[in-house]
Amino acid sequence: MKSNDISLPTVPFRTRGGVRVPHRKTTSTCESIVMTVPSQVSIPMQQHIGAPCKPTVKVGDIVCVGQVIGDSDQFVSAPIHATVSGKVLKIADIPMTNGAKCQAVVIASDGLQTPYSELKPPKTDTLDEFLSAVRASGLVGLGGAGFPTHVKLRVPKDKNVDTLVVNGAECEPYITTDHREFLENSENILYAIVKVKEMLNLKRVVIGIEKNKPDAIELMRNLIKKEGKSDYIAVLALKASYPQGGEKVLIEACTGRVVEMGKLPADAGCIVMNVTSLGKLAEYLKTGMPLVTKRLTIAGSAIKEPKNVIVPIGTMIKDVIEFCGGYSEEPKKILMGGPMMGIALTTDELFILKQNNAILAFNEKDARLMETTDCIRCGRCVASCPMGLMPPLISRAVKLNEIEELKSLGAMNCMECGCCSFSCPAGKYIVQTMRTAKAMIRSAK
Amino acid sequence: MVGKLYASSSPHLRQGDTTRKIMLDVIIALLPACIASVVIFGYMSAVLIAVSVVSCVICEYICRRIMKRNNTIGDLSAVVTGILLALNYPVSLSPLIAIGGSVVAIVIVKQMFGGIGQNFVNPALTARIVLLTSFSSKMSNWTEPFAYLNKNAADAVSTATPLADGEHLTSYFDLFFGIHGGCLGETCVLAILLGGIYLVARRVITPLIPLTYMGTVAILSLCFGLDPIYQLLSGGLMLGAVFMATDYTTTPLSNLGRFVFAVGCGLLTMLIRQFGSLPEGVSFSIVIMNILVPYIEKFTRLKPKGFIKPKKESASK
Ligand code: SF4
Ligand code: SF4
Repeated sequence: MKSNDISLPTVPFRTRGGVRVPHRKTTSTCESIVMTVPSQVSIPMQQHIGAPCKPTVKVGDIVCVGQVIGDSDQFVSAPIHATVSGKVLKIADIPMTNGAKCQAVVIASDGLQTPYSELKPPKTDTLDEFLSAVRASGLVGLGGAGFPTHVKLRVPKDKNVDTLVVNGAECEPYITTDHREFLENSENILYAIVKVKEMLNLKRVVIGIEKNKPDAIELMRNLIKKEGKSDYIAVLALKASYPQGGEKVLIEACTGRVVEMGKLPADAGCIVMNVTSLGKLAEYLKTGMPLVTKRLTIAGSAIKEPKNVIVPIGTMIKDVIEFCGGYSEEPKKILMGGPMMGIALTTDELFILKQNNAILAFNEKDARLMETTDCIRCGRCVASCPMGLMPPLISRAVKLNEIEELKSLGAMNCMECGCCSFSCPAGKYIVQTMRTAKAMIRSAK
Repeated sequence: MVGKLYASSSPHLRQGDTTRKIMLDVIIALLPACIASVVIFGYMSAVLIAVSVVSCVICEYICRRIMKRNNTIGDLSAVVTGILLALNYPVSLSPLIAIGGSVVAIVIVKQMFGGIGQNFVNPALTARIVLLTSFSSKMSNWTEPFAYLNKNAADAVSTATPLADGEHLTSYFDLFFGIHGGCLGETCVLAILLGGIYLVARRVITPLIPLTYMGTVAILSLCFGLDPIYQLLSGGLMLGAVFMATDYTTTPLSNLGRFVFAVGCGLLTMLIRQFGSLPEGVSFSIVIMNILVPYIEKFTRLKPKGFIKPKKESASK
C-alpha cells in the first residue's frame, strides 16, 4: 500500500496500538564517556545476518584500529575491523547470547589505540562507489538481527524508493544512545542524511523523534533550517509511545504508508536508517574510520554508576560494567538491549556486538517474574498490538495446532515488540507464544 | 562473578496490573451497590451477600482441589461472582438457595469449563437463570423497600418490580435511588453508576459496552413507543450493562466485537421486554449474547496491519 504523496509531513500520522511504557531515561543527560581501552577484546566473525566472515589475520599479527580482520565474499555480509590496536592472541570459538558458539578474533590491546595507517576517506562519486564505501564501513542495522546496511541501501530498480525515514524514536525505556547521538553528533547525522538522499536520488527525508526528546528535536530543526535543507527534510515529533521506533510503525507514523505483511520498507517506497548508523556512516565518509566502537547505555537498578559509554566492539560486558563502577547489588537479570525487546543473558562474560546499544542490569526486585494466571480475555493485548493481531486467538490456534488458522490470523506479522505481554494482567508470555506460532508456520511451509 | 540470572523471554517490563488487582477493582466498584442494598432492604442483604461470597470461594477451592489444579481463589474472581450473584437475589431468598446458586455458578458454569477465562457464559447470570426457572416464585418475591423498618408488617410485604407493575407507578426519583422492589443490587441506579465510573476511571473497562447497550435500549424504547428513561432505570439493565455485559471472559476481545455484542444485548432485552412473557430480559439477553460470542468474534476479527490473504500472496502485487 504505497501512496505517492511525497510532500513533507508536519505532524505524525496515526498508528495503531502501542503502550505507554515508563521512560526511565535518566542517562539522557550523561555525556558519552570513552571507556578506557580494555586489555583484551574478542571480536566475533558474525555480527550480521548472512554469511559469517573469515578471519583475514593470523595469530601473532599486529593489528591497528580500523584494520579489516574478517571479511566474506558473500553479498549479504559486512567486514569486521580491529577495534583496538595490539596483537592477535588467538582465533577461537566464543559463546554468543543465544548460546551458540561463534569464531572470534581475540586481540590483546597495547593500550595505544593506534589507527590503521591506510585509513582514508572513501571515494563516493558514483552510486556503486558509495555502496562499496557503506559496505567497507562495516555498518549493520541496529534492529537486533544486524542486516548489513549496504544491502539495505542497494534497492532494486523496480522498487521506486522516494523517502528516507530516519529512526530517532528510541522508544525503549532506559536507552539514551540515539538521543546522545543527536546531541553530540548532529552535524555528522545531517551530513550522512544529505549524502544518502543524493546518492539514492530520494525525494524527501523524514526524521522521527519521540516527543520526550525535545532538545534533540529542536537541535535538528534548527540545524536543518540553518543549512537550508528544510525543503526536503522534516523532523516529526512522534508521540512518546512504544514501539514508535519499530520499523513498520515508524514508517506509518512518518509517511502514512503501511508496509504489507512479509514485505520490506522498500515496497512502501521507504528506507529506514537509524541515527547512530547515519552518524557512523558520516564518520567513515569523512575520515575512513569504520565501525569500531559503539555507544552503550549502561543502566538499571543493579548498576552503580549508570552512564553512556563508548566502547570498542568485542569488549566483554563485565569489563564495561566494571568501568561503570560495577554492580551496586547482586544482579538478577542482565539484558542486552532494552527491557521490551532485549535478550536476557545467562552470564556477563559475553561480548559487545555492532548492533548493541545497551546493557541493563537489574536487582532481585526488578527481575522478579510476574505471577501468571489463565488468560482472562481482557482484550488489552488486542488493543495494544501495533500490528492488529489477536493474541488470545493465536494462542488457541497454537494449542490446537491449527496452522491455517495461524496464517489467517496473521501471526507472521508479529514483530515481537512485546506490547501484548507488557499489558497482560494475567502475566502471559505472549511473545513466546507468538514465536512458537511463527515457527509453526515456517516449518509447515 | 555474577550468580544465577533469570533468563526469561522478553519483554522484561510489565505494566503492573494483575488479574487480582483488576478483580479487586471490580469488588470496590460493587461496594456502593452492596451498601445501597443494605440501606434499602436491610441487614438480610448483607447476610445474603456474605453467604454467596463465602460459598463461591469455598466451591472454587474445593473444585480446584478435586481437579488437582492450582489454587485460584487468590485471583478474587470467585468473590466477584459471589457478589454479583447476591446482587441478583431478592432479599427474601433463603440463604440455602443462595448456596445452591454459588454451586451452579462456580462448579458447573466456571470450573467445569476450566476456570477463569474459560467459561463461555457469565456464571452469575446463568446461575440466576437456573434459580429463576427452578424457584421462580422464591426468586421473584419482591419486598417493599425499607420494609425492615416497619416492625409490624414483618417481612411479608410483597410488591411488584417497576417493570412488572405494568404502569409507571414509580417516579424517576425512586428509580434512580432504587426505592422500589427488585433484586438487591439492581435497584439503585446511582450506586451502580458510581461503580461504573470507578471502573472506567481505573481503566478496568471502557464505556463502550455499557453506553452502547444503554443507547440501543433507549433507541428501541422510542421505536416501541416506550419511555426510554423508564426503561433504562428499571429492571436489571444498569447492573447488567455495567457489570455483567462487561465481564471480560464472556465478551468479545475487539472493540468492534464488543460493539456488536452490546447492540445485541440491547436488542434482545427490548424484544424480551416488549414481546416476551418474561417481564425482565437483561439476564437472558446477556447470556444469549455470551453464547454467540465465538460467532461475533469470527466476523469481527481485526484485520492485521498490511494483511494479505495467505492464498493470494503470489497473485497480489
Ligand atoms: S509482540 Fe506481536 S502480538 Fe504482541 S503486540 Fe507486538 S506485534 Fe502484536
Ligand atoms: S492481555 Fe492477557 S489476559 Fe488479557 S486477553 Fe490478552 S492474553 Fe488474555
